[in-house]
Amino acid sequence: MSARAKRNALLSLFIALHLVVIFPGFFSTQGYGEQDRDVPFSPPTRLHFVRPDGHFSFRPFVYGWNQAALDTGTYEVDRSQIYPIHFLTAGSPYAIVKGITARTHLLGVEKPGRLFLFGTDDFGRDEFSRMLYGGRISILAGWIGAAIALFTGALVGLIAGYSGRRVDSVTMRLVELFMALPWLYLLFAVRAILPLRIETTDTFILLIAVVGIIGWARPARLVRSMVLSAKERNFVLAARAMGASNFHILRKHILPQVLALLLTMAAYLIPQFILAEVTLSFLGLGIGEPVPSWGTLLAELQKYNVLVNYWWMYAPAIALVALFLIYHWASSMIQQKVGVPLT
Amino acid sequence: MSASHKALCRYRRLTFVAALLFITSFAVAPSSAQDKQSSPEIGHPGGRITVTLRTDPKTLNPILAVDTTSREVIGTMQADLIHINRQTQRTEPALASSWKVSSDGRKYTLQLRRDVKFSDGVPFTADDVVFTFQLYLDEALSSPQRDLLIIDDKPIAVRKIDNYTVEFDLTKPYGPGERIFDSLAILPRHLLEAAYRDHKLGEVWGVNAKPEEIAGLGPFRLKSYIAGQQLLLERNPNYWRKDSSGTTLPYLNELLFTVVANEDAQVIKFKSGETQILERVGADNFNLLQKENLSKSQCLYDVGPGLEFVFLLLNMNSLDATKHADIAAKQPWFRDLKFREAVSLAMDRKGMVRLVYGGRATPIWGNVSPGNKLWLSANIQHPDRSIDQAKALLKSDGFSWDANGMLLDQQKHPVTFTVIVSSSNAQRTKIATISQDDLKQLGIDVKVVPLEFRALVDRVMNTHDYDAVLMNLVNGDVDPTPEMGLWRSAGEMHLWNIGEKSPATPWEAELDKLMESQMTTTNYTTRKQLYDRVQEIVAENLPLVFLLSPDILVGVQSTVGNFRPGILDPYALWNVDEQFLRPTGAACR
Repeated sequence: MSARAKRNALLSLFIALHLVVIFPGFFSTQGYGEQDRDVPFSPPTRLHFVRPDGHFSFRPFVYGWNQAALDTGTYEVDRSQIYPIHFLTAGSPYAIVKGITARTHLLGVEKPGRLFLFGTDDFGRDEFSRMLYGGRISILAGWIGAAIALFTGALVGLIAGYSGRRVDSVTMRLVELFMALPWLYLLFAVRAILPLRIETTDTFILLIAVVGIIGWARPARLVRSMVLSAKERNFVLAARAMGASNFHILRKHILPQVLALLLTMAAYLIPQFILAEVTLSFLGLGIGEPVPSWGTLLAELQKYNVLVNYWWMYAPAIALVALFLIYHWASSMIQQKVGVPLT
Repeated sequence: MSASHKALCRYRRLTFVAALLFITSFAVAPSSAQDKQSSPEIGHPGGRITVTLRTDPKTLNPILAVDTTSREVIGTMQADLIHINRQTQRTEPALASSWKVSSDGRKYTLQLRRDVKFSDGVPFTADDVVFTFQLYLDEALSSPQRDLLIIDDKPIAVRKIDNYTVEFDLTKPYGPGERIFDSLAILPRHLLEAAYRDHKLGEVWGVNAKPEEIAGLGPFRLKSYIAGQQLLLERNPNYWRKDSSGTTLPYLNELLFTVVANEDAQVIKFKSGETQILERVGADNFNLLQKENLSKSQCLYDVGPGLEFVFLLLNMNSLDATKHADIAAKQPWFRDLKFREAVSLAMDRKGMVRLVYGGRATPIWGNVSPGNKLWLSANIQHPDRSIDQAKALLKSDGFSWDANGMLLDQQKHPVTFTVIVSSSNAQRTKIATISQDDLKQLGIDVKVVPLEFRALVDRVMNTHDYDAVLMNLVNGDVDPTPEMGLWRSAGEMHLWNIGEKSPATPWEAELDKLMESQMTTTNYTTRKQLYDRVQEIVAENLPLVFLLSPDILVGVQSTVGNFRPGILDPYALWNVDEQFLRPTGAACR
C-alpha cells in the first residue's frame, strides 16, 4: 500500500470512529440507561442469514430467547421466534445535541425481539450502546483534557522560553512542582470537597479539567525548549534587528514552529487523557451511573465472576486498544511530516 | 477526634450493640422453626483450619473491640457465661452451668462451672466474673458493651455469693432475659487487675501482645501474629467443654486467620483449598463457586435471609432551613406518607433480588427479616410493585406530570433528589441504580452519589446534609430490644429524624410506648404482640422504605465436620470448638 493510500485509510478510519462515538444515538440500538431486567448478562445476540428451514435471507435476523429458560437464568435460543433486523428504524428517542431529539437508529428489531450486539451487563443494559455512549465521554475527556493542557502549556512555554532569565526559572520550577504532584490523590481530594448535588457530568468535566491543568507541565517544558532554540535562529535575530516587536516575532516566527509540535503533542496527549479518564472511572471517581464511560464499563471487570464468565464485557477494552493504535499512528505520521522529536 | 469520626464510632457501636442483644423469653423458650438441631458428630482431634479475614483485627481486648473482625477472632479465644446457639437461636449454658431467675424477673443467680481453668492454667472463679463486669461497666473504659448493661439508666449490679455463684441485679425486668450474657467474654482477673488499677487497661491485649500475656476461657489461644498477614491460634489445652464421648474440645490443633483484603482473592484461595471456611461471601461469587464446584469438594450453604435489612431512607430530620434550604424544600415530599408509599410501590424488590443478589436475598416490606421466624409478624402486607398504583397515589395527593413526564409537586416544582450510597459496597450501589430507574418511571429524577462510607455516616448521623440514603442495618440478635435506638424517638439511631425532643407524630409516640414496654416485659407472647404492632406501624408509615434482606452465604471444604452455620454473627465460627477435619471429604448436608 502506498503511503498515501495508507494515510487515507487511516484518516477515514479516524473520522469514522469519531463520528460513531460523537453521534452514538444513531448508531446505538437503544439508550444507555434502558434496563431489561429479564436478561442480565445476556450473551451477544447472533445475526443469522439462514432460516431454520434452510432458506437464505438477505435481511439478517435474530432469534428470541426461550422464556422458560430465561426464568431459570439461562440463555437458550428459541428458533421459533424470528425477528428480522430493520435498518434506519424508529427506536428509543435520543438527543443529537441538547434539545434536538431523534428516534432513528441504524439497526433495530421489533419488540419483543432483543438485539444485543455485544451482550448485556448486570442490569440487562445493551453493552454495545453503552460502549458507544461511553466512547463519547471518554474521547471527549481526552480532547478537553488535551486542549486545556496544550493551551496552558503552550502559553507558559512561550512566555518562559521567550522572556528567559528570572521568569523562565520561576515558571520552570513551577513546572517541576506540577510534575511532581501526585495527581491521583489530588483528584481524590477534589472529588471529596465537591458538593453532593453537582450533576455527574459536571463532576466529570471538572475532574478532566483538573487532569488537564496538571497535565500542562510537560508541554510547557517542550514548548519552552523549542522557543529557546528558535529565538536564537538567524531569521529571528534578523527580525529583531529590524525592530520587530516581541509579539510580532512570537506570532510570525516562533509560533509556527511550535504549532507542529503542538499538533504532534495533541495526538500523543489525547490517548493519555482518555486513559486518565478510564483510570479515574475504573477507580470509581469518574462519571456516575447510569451514564457510561469506557472506564466505568471496564470497572465491571474488577469483579471476579464478571471477569471469568462474561467475555463480552471486554469489548470496551478492545475498542480502547484500537483507538490508541489509531492515535499512535496518527501521532507518528504527523511527527514524520513535521520532523519534530517528541520527548 | 473529628466529628465524622465520632459519628462513625457511635454508629459502629450502635450496630455493635445491635449485634449483642438478642431475643427471647425467659424460662420457657418459644419454639422456633429452627429447633431441629442435630447433635454434633464425634470428631477426630488434630489439624488446622484456615479462615480468611477481610482486615487485620484491631485489638484482642474484648472490652474495647468494636469491629467485626476483632470480635470474630476474640470469640474463638474467649467464652461467655450463657451463650446463644447460633443455629437454634436459643440460649445454652456456657461458663454458667445453670441459672435461676427471681419471680419478679429482676434477679439472676448464675451457678458457675467448677474446675474450669484459663488457658494459662489459673482456675476460674466468681471473682473473675465480678471483675469482668466491673470493667464492662467502667465509664472511663467506655466499653461498647456498657450500654447493654444499663437498663433504664441504671447499671446491672453484680455480686459474688460464693466462689461459684454470682448474682446479677437488674433494676427492671428485662425482656431479652439471659441473652444479655451472650458474647460478654469473662476475663482473667489475675492478668488484668494490675493494668486496670494503673488505668492502663486500654493498652493491654493489643494485637502485638505476647501470647503469654493473654489468657482466656475460649477454645483457642494466641500463638503468633504477623501484622497484615496472619493470626495463628493454638488449641487451649484447658478448655472446659467435652464432647459426648468425653474428649476435651476443641478437636483442632490450630486455627489460622489469614488476612485477604479482597473478596475475589478470598474466593480464589477458598477454591484452591488453601482456606477451609469462607464467610461473608457475596452472591455473585457464591453462585460462581456453586457453578464451578463440580467435584463437590466444597459445601456451599445458603443459610437463608440474615438479620440485615437494606432500605431507602428519606431525610425527615428537622433542619436549619437557612443552612439546608434546598433539602428543606424537598422535605414536604419526604414527610408526605403518600409520597413514601408511592416510592415504596415503585421499587422493584424482586428485580433487585434477582439482579444484585442472583436470587440470594428476600424482598421485605417491614423491618423484620424473614429469617427471624420468632418475631416476624404475619400481618405485614406485601403489596406488588405497581407503577400505575404509585402514580395514582401521587395524583390523588396533588402531584402532576409535565409534558416530558417529569413529576411536579403541588406547587409545580419538579420532584428530584439525590440518593447517597456507600461507594465501597458494590451491591448497594447496584440497588441504587435500579431504584433510580424505578423512580424515573414515576417521573422522579434521582441522582445517585456514591460516597466514602465515613462521609456517608457523617451526613446521616451528624450533619443531616442529604436528601435520601440507601443503607443497611444489621441486627445482631433476633430479639427486638437491640432496635430500641432505632424506633424510640429519642434513640440515637432514630435515623429519619434524629434527636427529636418529643415524638413528631402520633405513631412515633406509639412506637416509643410499645418499645419501652416490650423491653420490660418478660412474657414472649405479650412481647410478640407488642412487637407485631411495632412492625405494623413501621410498615404502614414507612419511615424507612424497606427493600430486601440478603441471605447469609458461607462456604466450607467438605473435609470440615460439624459445620453448622447460623444467621447470627459469627455465622460460621460460633461452634469452632466442635469443628474438626476429616481425612476425606464427606457429603454436604
